[in-house]
Amino acid sequence: MESIFALVLAKANYVAYIILMMVGLYAMIVKNNLIKKIVGMTIFQTAVILFYVSIGCKRGATIPILEHHASPETAAHGAEKIVAHAMDAVNVTHYINPLPHVLMLTAIVVGVATLGVALALAIKVYNTYGTVEEDEINQQLRSG
Amino acid sequence: MTRHLPALIIVIPLLAALVTAGSGWINQKAPFRIAVAALLFSFICAVLMLIQVITTGIAMEYRMAGWAGPMGIVYIIDHLSALVLVIITAVSTLNLVAQKKNIISEFKDKAGAFNALYVLFTAGLIGMTATGDAFNLYVLLEIVSLSGYALIGLGNNRAPLATLNYLFLGTIGATFYLLGVGYLYIATGTLNMAELATIIPQNMGSGVILFAFIICLTGLFVKMALFPVHGWLPEAYSQSTSVSAGLIAPLTTKVTVYIMVRICMTVFTPEYTFGHLDVSGFIVLLAIVTIVFGSLSALAQKNVKKMLSYIIIAEVGYMVGGFFLGNRLGISGAILHIVNDAAMTLALFLAAGIFIWKTGGESRSDLKGLFAKMPFTMAGFVLAALSVVGVPPTCGFFSKWYLISGGIQAGNYLFVAALIFSSLVNAVLFFRLFEIAYFEPFTEGHGHGGGSHGNSHHYTGVLAIKEAPLDMLVPFLIASMTLIVLGLYSGTIVTNIIQFAIPTGVI
Repeated sequence: MESIFALVLAKANYVAYIILMMVGLYAMIVKNNLIKKIVGMTIFQTAVILFYVSIGCKRGATIPILEHHASPETAAHGAEKIVAHAMDAVNVTHYINPLPHVLMLTAIVVGVATLGVALALAIKVYNTYGTVEEDEINQQLRSG
Repeated sequence: MTRHLPALIIVIPLLAALVTAGSGWINQKAPFRIAVAALLFSFICAVLMLIQVITTGIAMEYRMAGWAGPMGIVYIIDHLSALVLVIITAVSTLNLVAQKKNIISEFKDKAGAFNALYVLFTAGLIGMTATGDAFNLYVLLEIVSLSGYALIGLGNNRAPLATLNYLFLGTIGATFYLLGVGYLYIATGTLNMAELATIIPQNMGSGVILFAFIICLTGLFVKMALFPVHGWLPEAYSQSTSVSAGLIAPLTTKVTVYIMVRICMTVFTPEYTFGHLDVSGFIVLLAIVTIVFGSLSALAQKNVKKMLSYIIIAEVGYMVGGFFLGNRLGISGAILHIVNDAAMTLALFLAAGIFIWKTGGESRSDLKGLFAKMPFTMAGFVLAALSVVGVPPTCGFFSKWYLISGGIQAGNYLFVAALIFSSLVNAVLFFRLFEIAYFEPFTEGHGHGGGSHGNSHHYTGVLAIKEAPLDMLVPFLIASMTLIVLGLYSGTIVTNIIQFAIPTGVI
């Protein structure tokens, strides 16, 4: 029991994204209201975005912005600082991995675009049937 | 110049899509012309690249913005992608030219926006085919999907709902693929396909890689409408306009199958997909169910477009099943069928577009008496139908031949039986249409039937020939003639192109 708890705690980010993803999937499959389905779709996509963001993390690391020590004033202070700076730049364990975050910028844009198209389609559906409840639409389709 | 072809083939349509959207306000005819010019340019690029790849025998690599290898995004044009690029650009150009009248009558002043979406969709497909980066593939997949949703959503009254359902499933598929890429990145630390292929074989037992494989493939199966997740396809395709259906139906599923081939062979390597994993049998079984289900559902349809949509689902089963047979014959058949099926589906949907344009109806019974009315169109339609059934001089026969030989070599007789069953069902389907079109008398529809409106046209004895307009008919006949050409040269295609597309490890 304790080992399972430890495992869940160690992989908390994975557990969290899977729970979020399943919440989204549940809404997309079960909900009757098209807008709720669209909300579910957004949660589903966001779960994967959070997953990507979390895998870039490292214990004790900071944001990947290198400080430029070699400005004109500090350059005169001698070789030690430059060496220290070089060591600092090389040591990747001090910085979190920025690549997944950069990828997710693109994925967020894609998600927003998908949401936009989905909402536009929902408006068209509403204009046609006067409702966004799926069972009512199906009823209209069957009778008409 | 040739060095930059892999970039130009996607950059030109991408820029053209932007220009097209705006040009509609300046000149009514400009969007169509720009779109055709851009697509034609891509087609020429694709043909030039295919020729170069065949003559030199080595893949072209293009480094976007000069960044090499695993750091930057590279575009790889090898035998497989060059072949698929040619088919994408050819189908897209032909369909646009053939359906010019449809675009004008359906979209009127919105034709500019429609043409922009059309070109954007094609640009996305080109990028998906050419890219050598797993994440870049996701972005292009979504470009294709989003423009595809818009293209389908522009259909009739019921289209928005069908599209919304397609959008939900499509998003699930694409997100699963994205998740799989994430796990691949965790396991290997790279997104470059070539580098992935060198790292994965060193770590075959990894559970993370296994999970990535399963989740990537599940996402792609949703996108290509394999059996349990096929529900979105028939509704979406049959509610869309003729133009969109003629573009999306031949290309989306086929390019997704190509992506599956690429992921399984270039990224995960055949040793992993067929040697290490034991999933092939299960996937072939899924494909068999897809084939049988698609064929049987097609039998039940009265609407011609819906019937064609179910045939597409069955054809997806052919390709997925053939590929996962895991032997050289089966994979050759699957790749050849990507080409052939794109051509056949294009011809069928162009024919459907002409029928709908002339008769105004989509039902089977609207085909009554059309053999006498439109002999050339019907000749082309018969050719396309025979190709789907798999009658020898047409291309459908040859890919089926490879698939069946592959099935026999793999000892998978259930797959062979499913293929033959599906061919028989296709024969029943199309001969039923021929019977209606040939023997039943013509009844006037409410389409663009010609100048006889309001007059007494009930004497069916003297049938004036009212063929489809030439600018619809000529591209359609080119498409259906291509089926014979592809059939006659299928041996050449296999020995000169497809043979080199399959890694030497596969027997």
